[in-house]
Amino acid sequence: MYRIRFHGRGGQGMKTASRILGSAFFLQGYEVQDAPRYGAERRGAPIFAFVRADKAPINERGIIVKPDLIIVADDTLVPVPAAGVMGGADEHTILLINSHTDVAEWQGRLNYPGPIVVLPAPEEVTDRAEMPFVGALCAGAAAALCHVINRDSLQQAIEQELGHLGSEILKKNRQRALHAFDLIRETRTEVVEGIVADATAWHAPEWIELPFDDARTAAPVIHAADNTDALKTGSWRTMRPVIDYQRCNKCWWVCSTFCPDGAIAVEEGTPVIDYDHCKGCLVCVAQCPPHAIEAVAEHTAAAEEKKS
Amino acid sequence: MTRRLMTGNAAAAWGARLAEVDYIPAFPITPQTEIIESLSEWIDREEMPGRMVTLESEHSMITAAGSAAATGVRVFSATSSQGLLYAMEMLYTVSGWRAPFVLANVSRGLASPITLEPDHNDILAARDSGFLQIHCATCQEVLDSTLIAYKLAEDPRVRLPVIVNLDGFYLSFTREPVTLPEQEKVRDFLPPFDAENMMFRASSPESQAVAVLGGGPYSYFRYETHLAAQNALAVYDEIADEFEQHFGRRHDALESYRCEDAEYLFVMMGSFATKAKEAVDRLRDAGWAIGLVRPRLLRPLPREALQRVLCNRSAVAVVDQNLSMGMGGVLHSEVTSVLYGQPNAPLLASFIGGLGGRDIPSEEFFQIATVLRDAVKQGSAPPPRLLYTGNELREVRNLQAIAKVERTELERDRGEKDDE
Repeated sequence: MYRIRFHGRGGQGMKTASRILGSAFFLQGYEVQDAPRYGAERRGAPIFAFVRADKAPINERGIIVKPDLIIVADDTLVPVPAAGVMGGADEHTILLINSHTDVAEWQGRLNYPGPIVVLPAPEEVTDRAEMPFVGALCAGAAAALCHVINRDSLQQAIEQELGHLGSEILKKNRQRALHAFDLIRETRTEVVEGIVADATAWHAPEWIELPFDDARTAAPVIHAADNTDALKTGSWRTMRPVIDYQRCNKCWWVCSTFCPDGAIAVEEGTPVIDYDHCKGCLVCVAQCPPHAIEAVAEHTAAAEEKKS
Repeated sequence: MTRRLMTGNAAAAWGARLAEVDYIPAFPITPQTEIIESLSEWIDREEMPGRMVTLESEHSMITAAGSAAATGVRVFSATSSQGLLYAMEMLYTVSGWRAPFVLANVSRGLASPITLEPDHNDILAARDSGFLQIHCATCQEVLDSTLIAYKLAEDPRVRLPVIVNLDGFYLSFTREPVTLPEQEKVRDFLPPFDAENMMFRASSPESQAVAVLGGGPYSYFRYETHLAAQNALAVYDEIADEFEQHFGRRHDALESYRCEDAEYLFVMMGSFATKAKEAVDRLRDAGWAIGLVRPRLLRPLPREALQRVLCNRSAVAVVDQNLSMGMGGVLHSEVTSVLYGQPNAPLLASFIGGLGGRDIPSEEFFQIATVLRDAVKQGSAPPPRLLYTGNELREVRNLQAIAKVERTELERDRGEKDDE
């Protein structure tokens, strides 16, 4: 059985990626299970999706603990513990990272046991509308590493999954995915199907008796009510709203009122964005009456910041 | 007949569509599911007839469903977790009207604390409501069970509403290959509802069970509902045969997997049971005589079928994905009552696992099998066990330690502010 896990951020199309890969396997005659997995947070939060594919009906379910292939759409997730990108990887698990950084550098940085493949990140994503292609790109690359999937099935799978978005978007996704497919096939790396669990030799679970704790400890009460400040959700951002103070008409309320995270404060009539907590939803960009807020790719904005 | 990848949510929606439902009352906001989203899209695009009305709560949604069903039309609705609880008062009420309809429930753990992941405390809270319950393990079953549920609900020997239960994430968001039956064939299996004497109409008003009754008549109506639910067992078996003749798939009230010569059995409900199936295959590879028993029907409970399959085994592990505070696993209690006084009843062990979607990895199933074997050697049942590891507790202890530090800092800061 193939066990494949996609990691990305909410909004990067990991569910779509898993569906494209799932459909491609299905078209190749495989039994398939694909599913996204996420919590209460949405855009920008770490999420994962998975695909199982086998010639026989699949009884396994839920999270994939021991993956054969891990795909990381957003390389900033690698160091985030909550994302658990490398969880369960062993020598046979391929790690595919969508990144500007090369394989040697990743090997140096990570104590990773298996082969690493880098999918060169596309040219700087500056247009928000380009974001959805990351999913197709990753699906194409993943399909290339599973040698049982051919180009036609990938193409057909993309049409099935994205056809409803219109021919223009479909075309762009197809181009990106096929390009990634061709590029990664050249690496001649191949995913190896993992082995089934062995009921003659296994690690016994370290079960414990749950002790009684009194209610002062065991009630799920969050005492530190203002701890949201400590969680820098700004790291979730893929696009950054930037205020052009020349155009800002100092209305003092529109952007700050619409911000769903309360991340815009008005200081003496001037709006100031708290980038530690702005998740980059860009509601402010859409709402600003004089169009004084611009969306800049986070990569670009961060690079600019470094320069200055 | 086509086979395609679809989620459990889509399968439930397809079930309703193929059943050619007339009316869908729906609460449209969280925790509502994609089931209603799909149906509303189809109705909007005129790909299916029928009417959808959005209501302001699940309580109103079930009231509307029961009222509409009392007019004799075919009704479908869907909810999940807290939504089912919010509807609870009306679940009991409309089942007493003996108005048949089908409700899909996407099972999720209940607050508090909050989780989005599955367990069965929501659906089990509705256990005694008078709704019949079908628990699904695959997306195919979700579609098939929806069709079966209408036939069961509408049968004159039953006439009760039915809940089709599917686990959140593990089915609701998971795509698997599902065979979509042809509309004509479904119509043949499930003809339009013959509502007989049900004629709740605007022009000829009726009252649905509004009279306040004393214990005598009250007991009569309650027990009649119980008898109808019990009838549903035999009716279900007939329907399962008929379903198999039409579609070639068999969905017994009680699934028995590799039980023939089994010394040991797992008993589980819902989609996590497929994990147990996988474990059974692996354990069989390793020479174990072990199988899986899965009640698809929880209400009515297939008592005799359970007795037949469970007795004359060495030991049985009931793995409950639910918890009745102060008692333990609900399915374990039910199985215990089924086995009481039976000759050759097996040793019965209780495990709680999968609360809030907590995974049950294969090693835990292997370990449960080992616990059963040891229990047989010792001749007594082991104490109930929560599937929970030292690592998991350490994780909680870390979180508690952080919370404590934060609390201390917060109090200190406040203290300093007060001093200023």
